[in-house]
Amino acid sequence: MSGQPNPRVGLFVTCLVDAIRPSIGFSAIQLLEEAGCRVEVPQAQTCCGQPALNSGDEKVAAALARQTIAAFEGLDYIVLPSGSCAGTIVHGYPDLLANDPVWAPRAEAMAAKTHEITSFLVDVMGFHTKGRRLEATATYHDSCAGLRELGIAAQPRALLAEVEGLQMRGLEGNDVCCGFGGTFCVKYSDISNAIVTEKAEAIERTEADLLLAGDLGCLMNMAGKLNRRGTRTRCFHTIEVLAGRADGPAIGEEG
Amino acid sequence: MSAPEASVQVSFKNRAKTALADRTLKIAIDRTTGTAEAKRAVAVAAFPEFQDARARGRAIKDHVIAHLDHYLEQFERNATASGAKVHWASDDAEARAIITRICLDAKAKLVTRSKSMLGEEIGLPHALADAGIERVETDLAEHIIQLAGEAPSHIVWPAMHRTREQVAELFKIAHHPPPAADDPATMVQSARRELRAKFLGADIGISGSNFLVADTGATCTVTNEGNAELTTTPPRIHIVTAGIEKIVPTTAHALSLLRLLVRSATGGELTQYTTFHCGPKRPGDADGPEEMHIVLVDNGRTRMLANEFREMLRCIRCGACMNHCVVYRQIGGHAYGGTYPGPMGSVLTPVLNGLAGSRDLPNACTMNGRCAEVCPVEIPIPTLLRAWRIRSWRERLEPGSLRAGIGIWAVLARRPGLYRLASRIGVRAIRLFGKGGWIARLPLAGGWTAHRDLPRPTGRTFMDQYRAQQADKGDRP
Repeated sequence: MSGQPNPRVGLFVTCLVDAIRPSIGFSAIQLLEEAGCRVEVPQAQTCCGQPALNSGDEKVAAALARQTIAAFEGLDYIVLPSGSCAGTIVHGYPDLLANDPVWAPRAEAMAAKTHEITSFLVDVMGFHTKGRRLEATATYHDSCAGLRELGIAAQPRALLAEVEGLQMRGLEGNDVCCGFGGTFCVKYSDISNAIVTEKAEAIERTEADLLLAGDLGCLMNMAGKLNRRGTRTRCFHTIEVLAGRADGPAIGEEG
Repeated sequence: MSAPEASVQVSFKNRAKTALADRTLKIAIDRTTGTAEAKRAVAVAAFPEFQDARARGRAIKDHVIAHLDHYLEQFERNATASGAKVHWASDDAEARAIITRICLDAKAKLVTRSKSMLGEEIGLPHALADAGIERVETDLAEHIIQLAGEAPSHIVWPAMHRTREQVAELFKIAHHPPPAADDPATMVQSARRELRAKFLGADIGISGSNFLVADTGATCTVTNEGNAELTTTPPRIHIVTAGIEKIVPTTAHALSLLRLLVRSATGGELTQYTTFHCGPKRPGDADGPEEMHIVLVDNGRTRMLANEFREMLRCIRCGACMNHCVVYRQIGGHAYGGTYPGPMGSVLTPVLNGLAGSRDLPNACTMNGRCAEVCPVEIPIPTLLRAWRIRSWRERLEPGSLRAGIGIWAVLARRPGLYRLASRIGVRAIRLFGKGGWIARLPLAGGWTAHRDLPRPTGRTFMDQYRAQQADKGDRP
């Protein structure tokens, strides 16, 4: 579908994956290479700028948008293991730079070739999960930005359905926010806690072995709450399961 | 910032905290919003053209907003021709003055009112009390909160914060005689009995308006209780209060929007009562008021025409955004502290009350986008909330600690080498605060660890590990 069998793909690792859980980044590289991509990790990348954008600091957000565009625009595609950060590039950058005659078209071009990883694998590369086996039950939370800004819902489910032995269980309120919201969860921590408590209760009711989602921020929030409640649900990023890494430590388990 | 403002900022969080601790409130919120969400979903599923209807609803409102002056003048001409008197109020104080003047000139003792959020917005209940006029709320939920001395907590179900058990307690004390039982049917009968005498004895009836129809000069009210009809028909004088954005070109446009409004609000196909009021009683009419006054209120709306909040003027007040909001569903409407709660209120309250005192509202949102997804006129509420955050940042209303934090982070994020170094040091430092896979307490991250554990960074950063791998391969930098 891409028109080229071996596109050059820039992996935007994202801040949280870089610092907290590199395994997600390596899963991304593995899957992209399995799909036939030549993966590069531009060293000029830092953060997409979402914390500044959501705090109202347009200037810093725009500066980071320009920096990110410059770091990635020479590649065929930009792929991120996060619907939230991908949404910032796809929707936030063109808005932020709309009045800049030089950068507006560059932001539009960048947005057009930026994808969240599961949607990139399915929609662009026509990828199928092959040779993965995991005897477990799992439930899936739709992270809000991926779901509503990028329409990611069917792609991760399609890939997970191809993992042999993995049984998916529906999650009540699967499309309801987990209460993370970036800085929201610390600025309004009592409200966030009430929201994630309801989410944890819904996850517990599934009695699934695994909780899967496509954004590490949401996963840290839900996993951290489940652990505080003494629940032993193991939490992974979707692509860790797809890359066959679910036999390793889950979020919060020692390696 | 100044001390009074700081106290307002604290009070949103305090109000939220109080609401979160109130388990009865949570039961009440869950009952109403849960039912509303489920019914809306069924109604939308049963209306395959819903997306087309949304696009049409949006187009109608956008057209009217772009030609507001034209349609308002047309409405005034036609309403005046029908015998109504049209008044223009540029703000809440002027609206209150116009309405109390009409009441005092008529020597009104008793005023009945059918539910209107615009009336709340302009502070009408207090104004009538100050003028010494008895006000009787005729909507059942408004009757409940009037007895309780409270403000509405939802724009469609003003008393949704009270469980039926609490309402039964309230009626026992306030109704004479008290209801014979506390099942809903008996309580409703009791309220009808209490209100019936008031309906017939009122000097003036005040209603809101869901639509102002430009080409006929009619105003439209929609209710499920019939109280608007009993409020507007028997008294000698009928006063309509409406925001100027309620205008539509024709009755057909009103009905297009009504299809969206009712499904989005209650999941019904149509309200039980949909009434068009066109002028006072004419010769030969069996009933109707002798005088009809229509008070058209601006109160910040023309300012919104010219700024980044223009799209908010599309709002038809259905309440779907709050029914689907994770924050509203935890804290309820009163915690927001404005006339309008929930996502739409978080956009409107800074318009009405100023940003300095309501800065928390646009910030207390996870930006999950569900409100925009269900909005029947496609208002991009998260984008508008972000616009308030941008203003708040520009006007330096954000706390110094947040500005400093973003500032330091920005210095690092704009220098990739330095950022990498900081990440490396940060990860090592954070790892010191936990053993095993979790961190239970982390300085400066109390907002996180007060309620949940933090996954301990697993080791070296991705970038460090990746570069080491590449160096081992020796083929790429």
